[in-house]
Amino acid sequence: MTVIRDINFGLEEGGTLALVGSNGAGKTTLLMSLAGHIIPKSGQVRLNGVDLVDKGPETRCGLGVGLVPEGRRVFPDLSVFENLVVGGYSRPSNNQSGSMARVFEVFPRLFDRKNQVAGSLSGGEQQMLAFGRAIMSNPNLLLVDELSLGLMPSVVDECYKALEKLVKKGIAVILVDQNSDAATNFCSSTLILETGDQVWLGESSALSEESTH
Amino acid sequence: MAYEIVVLTNMAIAVLFALSLNVITGFCGQVSLGHAAFLGIGAYTSAMLSKEGVPLIITFIPAMGMAALIGLIVGVASLRVRHDFLAITTMGVVFLFTGIVRKQEILGGEIGIAGIPAPDFGRVGLFATSLLCVLAYLLLTIWIRRSWTGFAFDSIAEDEDTARLLGINVPKFKLFAFVVGTAGAGLAGALYAHQVRFIGPDSFGFVESISVLAMVIVGGIGSIWGVILAAAFLSALPQFFQVIDDYKLLVYGLLLFGAMRFAPEGIDGLLKKIVRRRAVK
Ligand SMILES: Nc1ncnc2c1ncn2[C@@H]1O[C@H](COP(=O)(O)OP(=O)(O)OP(=O)(O)O)[C@@H](O)[C@H]1O
Ligand SMILES: [Mg+2]
Repeated sequence: MTVIRDINFGLEEGGTLALVGSNGAGKTTLLMSLAGHIIPKSGQVRLNGVDLVDKGPETRCGLGVGLVPEGRRVFPDLSVFENLVVGGYSRPSNNQSGSMARVFEVFPRLFDRKNQVAGSLSGGEQQMLAFGRAIMSNPNLLLVDELSLGLMPSVVDECYKALEKLVKKGIAVILVDQNSDAATNFCSSTLILETGDQVWLGESSALSEESTH
Repeated sequence: MAYEIVVLTNMAIAVLFALSLNVITGFCGQVSLGHAAFLGIGAYTSAMLSKEGVPLIITFIPAMGMAALIGLIVGVASLRVRHDFLAITTMGVVFLFTGIVRKQEILGGEIGIAGIPAPDFGRVGLFATSLLCVLAYLLLTIWIRRSWTGFAFDSIAEDEDTARLLGINVPKFKLFAFVVGTAGAGLAGALYAHQVRFIGPDSFGFVESISVLAMVIVGGIGSIWGVILAAAFLSALPQFFQVIDDYKLLVYGLLLFGAMRFAPEGIDGLLKKIVRRRAVK
């Protein structure tokens, strides 16, 4: 069954793209096909010139695709520390402590809860952990699905601030957020999906002008 | 004295066998309903060789190797299946094993292999050897649990898809778990063959597979100490109460059901709960 079709976009280093569309438009499907969980029937996915289409998710992770999945999906019985270790698996082990220090620098709250099992973290802390876990693999491209789902506004702000830090470091971000205003404000470009079709792609600023007219 | 040694040796072998399943089912989350087949492969390999005059200790290596090789093949075949289907596939393995063994003249067919030579070092020596094997395997297990591999196993057991998306080579780890687990079962089989000195296809069937799964689940999936306790206790029970031996499948089946329904985290979970309650008071 075809869920998404005819989607075409590119992203520069440190570029940000908001994926916008109603429920069931295919946002998660698009992210998952970038991450390699879903294999597209046709088409290309390229990262720094490397074709990813025939590569499994574990290989793509090693090549620089990081994912913060919808619903966070942290490993509930593992501690914060262990979740991060698993996140850094695609990197050589001697890089681990450095990557972990970076995560704790962005999310000091995770450091305080290093030995707590992830299942007992609050929703916001779990989202931070999901971010941290993705950063551990040192991605060039970070895919974020449903950033603010079920989170308090203050935590959402914190996550966006962390995301900003990552973008400054040159990581490209593709972002899905049910609060589409927040996503388009954050991202320089926006892609609108409607039942699997790409109906609009351009600068986010142009989008706001269009809607005010 | 002699009787106690026999009971203790049986316990040690059961603990080793349960620890080996714990790597596959406990650590890596892959339920196996056919683990006794690998106990059997180890037992038959070791028994045949030692009847040819190969010393017991030497037979450990081919016994483990043979079990691990078949384990690897079963592992590769099961990579595509999960959950219920994995359970059914692995259950098939044990029926396949007993089915094949029954038809092989050289393996003693229906009757099995009798007259397996007693090890040179006697009953106490066999007990000591079993204990050493348990200890070595226990250390290996603890090391795996604490290493990166242990975390990767945990992540696969909890959420395989997410683990893959995080860059974990899930098939590689599953196969590693299968190889380590089935090699352990092979070693337990070699010891078992020389403990009872008579083996037949019925010693390695579905009932034995369920018993060992009950030990792992009653002990608390993945918990090393819980599994040791449960295996030691459950393997000693039938030796003291003949009834339990007669109704093995029923007893272990009930235990499995009870553990899953009332204490899904097994003895380990129950103990932790009690300790936590004490701590709160
Ligand atoms: N494995 C699948 N089999 C069949 N249909 C699927 C499958 N996965 C997704 N779909 C369908 O594809 C469509 C797009 O789903 P997707 O999850 O990508 O939407 P979404 O844009 O992320 O929506 P939401 O905002 O609700 O998260 C939906 O209609 C969904 O039912
Ligand atoms: Mg979605």
